[in-house]
Amino acid sequence: MSNLADFWDNVREQASVSVCEAVTFATPELFDRGCERLIEGAIVTIGLLVVSCLAGFCIAVPLSLARAFGAPWLSRTAWAYTYLFRGTPLLIQLWLIYFGVGSLGKDLLGPVWWLLGDAERVGLLVLTLNTSAYVAEILRGGFVNVPADQREAAMASGMSPFLTLRRVLFPQALRIAWPAYGNEIILLLKGSALVSTITVLDLMGQLRTLFSRSYALDLFLYGAVLYLILVLIVTGLLRGIERLWIRAS
Amino acid sequence: MSSILTRRALGAALILVVSFAVAAVLAPQAAKAQGVPDPLRIATEGAYPPFNNVNSKGELVGFDVDIAKTICKAMRVKCKLVAQDWDGILPGLVANKYDAVIASMSITAERQQIVDFAGPYYSNYLRLVAPKGTAISSMADLDGRILGAQRATVAAQWAEDNIRGGEVKLYDTQTAAYSDLESGRVHVLVSDVYPAHDWLQTVSGYEFVGPRIDIDDKIGIAIRKGETDLKNALDKAIEQIRNNGEYKKVNEKYFPFDIY
Repeated sequence: MSNLADFWDNVREQASVSVCEAVTFATPELFDRGCERLIEGAIVTIGLLVVSCLAGFCIAVPLSLARAFGAPWLSRTAWAYTYLFRGTPLLIQLWLIYFGVGSLGKDLLGPVWWLLGDAERVGLLVLTLNTSAYVAEILRGGFVNVPADQREAAMASGMSPFLTLRRVLFPQALRIAWPAYGNEIILLLKGSALVSTITVLDLMGQLRTLFSRSYALDLFLYGAVLYLILVLIVTGLLRGIERLWIRAS
Repeated sequence: MSSILTRRALGAALILVVSFAVAAVLAPQAAKAQGVPDPLRIATEGAYPPFNNVNSKGELVGFDVDIAKTICKAMRVKCKLVAQDWDGILPGLVANKYDAVIASMSITAERQQIVDFAGPYYSNYLRLVAPKGTAISSMADLDGRILGAQRATVAAQWAEDNIRGGEVKLYDTQTAAYSDLESGRVHVLVSDVYPAHDWLQTVSGYEFVGPRIDIDDKIGIAIRKGETDLKNALDKAIEQIRNNGEYKKVNEKYFPFDIY
């Protein structure tokens, strides 16, 4: 585990140094002074986004199935979960878990402290839980929009419920949900800036720290451009995946 | 007929434009003559007890607030106090949202590039705060520990510039930093001495550790660049309240020793 953390630190440092060397001929002097910190922050933001997207998706799939096909008690439980996380501000969720639950301290929390003692882990946890609620509702919309006779036909031809889900329902639901899902990823990317309030040095955290030393408002302009570049990469990836599908079908 | 109407309309428009122009030229001069805007809009943070804080009734209280009111009284102007987040407190001043910042702000070279300072109105140094029994006697003992400080403060600046062997975590407010010291996420806080002194009275199990960190820190009143009249008036008011005992009254309300 500590190896992974060291590896991650190395990647961040080396990537930021080489990126900054590569762009310095074209960037303003004020940007160059903070460049390494900003790129390191952008890499943290990407890391938070990738991990919380993947983990959030894994939680969202069973939740969406419970919402779409589950027994009433299961569906209602899943609904309560999505209502809770979609109905409260991300900032409140972050602060309640980081400062609120975290204030119980190391001794009371025991093994949970591994998760709550570290700001980046709390950020990951909250972003994951938050996005899983949104993605669950998006996928549910996909599932209920697959015509019911497809499921009936698959079952009638002898497919098991799991095979029906994997071969028939899931691919179609995902395709219906894809544009809304892409939107959620972009919202999550920008929402992740809130983790800077619990001491995580993501792109926003680095921006605010640099700003507190120089008071140069231009920094936020550069920050906006970096976020735009990140969004461009995300939308490019999403479109690439969409194209692969079209070619495959 | 129509040409007369046009000419009249033009004439009216001209008068309007001229009168606006005259008003625009005269208005700031009328205020400048006195040198100090009335009411004087003052921003403070409201999350930095005992210097500035919001009480249970939602009112701003604290040393900074009392000093601000005393200074306004000395200058014979009305005070309008607002609370503003620390991060944005200087940009707000530059953007003319208020006229002065009385929020325990250190006079630093970086800040002097974008604002001027009146004062100082008190002096500060840094101390380390940690759970009782933490063995820290020199800077080398900080290696491998997690240090906390409030972002955009002289304490944060000192930590970022001087801590090599440990990790530095930056908080939006001083109270958030205290909260993480209590939960154990940070091992040591670097803090301005007086607020930490005040906080230590309210908790048990924590104490000052290590040596006093002297950084020749003077606390001033930030104002927009070039407002010399306001700066002179504030400096004069500080001198006045130092001499007539008003400052001493405020000081004694919060600290048993002179912090000027």
